[in-house]
Amino acid sequence: MSHIIDRRLNGKNKSTVNRQRFLHRYKKHIKRAVADAVNKRSITDVESGSQITIPDKDLSEPIFHHGRGGQNTIVHPGNKEFVKGDKIRRPEAGGGSGSGSGRASNQGEGMDDFTFQINHDEFLEYMFEDLELPHLVKKQLKESTAYKFRLAGFTSKGTPEKLNIIRSLRSAHARRIALSGSDRKEIRELKRELREMEVNPGAYDEIRAKEIKDRIRELNIKLRRLPFIDEFDLKYNNYVKTPVPSTKAVMFCVMDVSGSMTQEIKDIAKRFFILLYLFLKRTYKEIDVVFIRHHTSAKEVDENDFFYSRETGGTIVSSALELSRDVIKERYPVQDWNIYIAQASDGDNWEGDSTICSDILVNHIMPLVQYFAYVEITDRHHQNLWREYDKITEEFPNTFAMQQIKSVNDIYPVFRQLFERKEA
Amino acid sequence: MKKKQPISTGSEWTFKLVEKYDQEISRVAEFYQLDTYPNQIEVISSEQMMDAYASTGMPLMYSHWSFGKQFLNTQQNYRRGYMGLAYEIVINSCPCIAYLMEENTMTMQALVIAHASYGHNSFFKGNYLFRTWTDATSIVDYLLFAKNYINKCEERYGIDAVEDIVDSCHALMNYGVNRYKRPAPLSTEEEKARQQEREEYRQRQLNELWNTIPKQENKGKNKKEKRFPDDPEENILYFFEKNAPLLETWQREVIRIIRKVAQYFYPQRQTQVMNEGWACFWHYTILHHLHEEGLVTDGFIMEMLHSHSNVVFQPSFDDPRYSGINPYTLGFNMMTDIRRICENPTEEDKRWFPDIAGSNWLETLHFAMKNFKDESFILQFLSPKVIRDLKLFSIRDDENLPYLEVEAIHNDEGYRIVREALAAQYNLGNREPNIQVYNVDVRGDRSLTLRHYQHQHRPLGKTTPEMLKHIHNLWGFDVHLESIRDKKVHSSYHCPPKEVEEEKSMIELT
Repeated sequence: MSHIIDRRLNGKNKSTVNRQRFLHRYKKHIKRAVADAVNKRSITDVESGSQITIPDKDLSEPIFHHGRGGQNTIVHPGNKEFVKGDKIRRPEAGGGSGSGSGRASNQGEGMDDFTFQINHDEFLEYMFEDLELPHLVKKQLKESTAYKFRLAGFTSKGTPEKLNIIRSLRSAHARRIALSGSDRKEIRELKRELREMEVNPGAYDEIRAKEIKDRIRELNIKLRRLPFIDEFDLKYNNYVKTPVPSTKAVMFCVMDVSGSMTQEIKDIAKRFFILLYLFLKRTYKEIDVVFIRHHTSAKEVDENDFFYSRETGGTIVSSALELSRDVIKERYPVQDWNIYIAQASDGDNWEGDSTICSDILVNHIMPLVQYFAYVEITDRHHQNLWREYDKITEEFPNTFAMQQIKSVNDIYPVFRQLFERKEA
Repeated sequence: MKKKQPISTGSEWTFKLVEKYDQEISRVAEFYQLDTYPNQIEVISSEQMMDAYASTGMPLMYSHWSFGKQFLNTQQNYRRGYMGLAYEIVINSCPCIAYLMEENTMTMQALVIAHASYGHNSFFKGNYLFRTWTDATSIVDYLLFAKNYINKCEERYGIDAVEDIVDSCHALMNYGVNRYKRPAPLSTEEEKARQQEREEYRQRQLNELWNTIPKQENKGKNKKEKRFPDDPEENILYFFEKNAPLLETWQREVIRIIRKVAQYFYPQRQTQVMNEGWACFWHYTILHHLHEEGLVTDGFIMEMLHSHSNVVFQPSFDDPRYSGINPYTLGFNMMTDIRRICENPTEEDKRWFPDIAGSNWLETLHFAMKNFKDESFILQFLSPKVIRDLKLFSIRDDENLPYLEVEAIHNDEGYRIVREALAAQYNLGNREPNIQVYNVDVRGDRSLTLRHYQHQHRPLGKTTPEMLKHIHNLWGFDVHLESIRDKKVHSSYHCPPKEVEEEKSMIELT
């Protein structure tokens, strides 16, 4: 009689450990594949998982096997035309040499690269590994305003709703044991004496027995007088107020859409922001994103407009910075929010505006934000905005960063550089 | 015979139905004298099946990245639809565990039960190799011990350190089996006790071996240094476990574990054709038997035949799907053919198989199952009819000739040659290079010399340098590998690699 068992509810994913071991071992390869994938992907496709291909030679498990050469006799099925003694041209390497037994013995030739799938989460994990929004920690500890009550031991004073019943009763029990110790010991001894007298009839002494019984009764009454619970026993939960770090963060995505931005440059900028957006969504529970696009004037737009609107014009960068400043003042009080700004532009700005930008940044924006990242997307020489911003870098070495993106291939490396995890 | 009512008509399965089918299959199996271990049939999901695949089908296994690779590979192929998950994983244990996948139809469940729980199961219990080499009652226990032990090592010495040693052992797994020495079965308890003992004993023995104090009495007497080991050792992992100078005790134990696992799987590698052929033959026979009794419907049999013929499909050598002889096909055809020879022998059969032509087919088949392995089974039972049916032909590939030559085909002249060639093809001794531990320079640099004895002048493959690294990893000192052809060293490999010049000058000197 067979035993039939339903195992379906047992854990699946028994291979998870092995799978993780594998991913860990080939982390380097996977990261490279992910980086490649990011660069090749279209804007909308960054969110799905990815196929990872690792060259077979890197993960082969070698065994001893025969190489080509020597004398072999191999039996094949399906002969249609050959007769004994037929001579056949030797096939090129790899073809037709499957020796029946040969499948398991790695012939080392014509093997495919090893390809497997990682899911969306893993993809993002490898993509954003070691990245973070800089300086978030500092902010959390210094300026959090939210508090939470946390259990921190017990006290003997408190309000009834904080009474801890188990602790209180335990304490009462302990007190009763402690206070009754000597009396109960005496009772035990008296009882023993009484029993000894009873089993040994010759020694039975009525007077003594009565004495003992009275004494026991007396002691029991005394014991019963011990209070079941005393005020002394009451224990209360002790709650302390602890600050809750604020992980609220807002990211301003500021994109230049002026006429000088070619379609290609805009595309790069958008991809940069998509990366950033994904990264933020993944890393932080609460994240606001403010999309600002500007040409001669700046406008706060929604996600869709930001990525797909085609409006364009001349360039006045300061308009966007002014708008950012105003939005911060209006909606994101500094004490509650970690504020980040990422700005992308080709660096081409209206004559004279760059100094205005610099002024707004230094005096109004930098004191408010955790981090300001500027990417200049151009394959030409640096523009005047870059030179202006360069001075700010010196003034705010920790909180202001800028990088140049020359082509699509730079997006991911630059992104990584800007958001590399730094020791807090 | 009066037809009975079918057990079920739909394709949906339920536990009740599985039980009923199992009862009927079990009854028929008994009718055909299939002797089995008790069965444990487990219903699992497809993810769990992939898990089972990834750990070589065992219910528990130590952790290793290569199993993860296996898993990802299976998952990938399954998702793309390259492979249906095999409907059978069956474990040579007592009770014999077989998995049913919940996605399967009732027909498939019945097929798997017949195939795995009665076919493979009776093979495990009956075949002499399994009887000699595996202990079905203790394997799960042993694997549990192994898993825990390796786990503990990982905690103590770090995953990387353990992985390092396991990688090398996996590479040498096929060289970690005893081919001839018969092991005495041990229970897990004994195993644990012995492990303690070994730890101490081994260290003492090693000290003896690597003792550097010169021995007085040997001075001058033995001009020719005695080799160590005295005789070449083919179980390389065993040799390392006992003699490698630098290994820690836990590393020796890990080697031992992997050696044991390799030994456990060794009979399976030698009986693939027979084992699969036997299981296919029985699911085919048992389910047809049920059909004749009316217990299964025509639709059931059609579906069964459909997947049966998928399994025993053999593409021709010139088919793009061809990747060697399908062991299911060969095995099934031979088993069916043995029955035919017994029941309806032709003149040819009487000439070729005077012993079995006309004999009791069931007895003959059981005899064949019990007493052979693939190589000898083919040599004994491959009939001209099967050779004709599969249109087998043998090709000779000699590197000294610019062409391949058809050595024999399926005709009178060729039957025996084809049969011998095919049998040789299943001889593990021919399939794997013959490599043995030849000598250790005990008094000198402790280098290890392995010898490869070429079979039909076949050289070693490209992975050899990689393999030497693994051997070096275990041995800890220089490793040399000499490939012997016609009693001369034909080529040699070294780890760490030697300069070519140095080697040349050495040859000139000697």
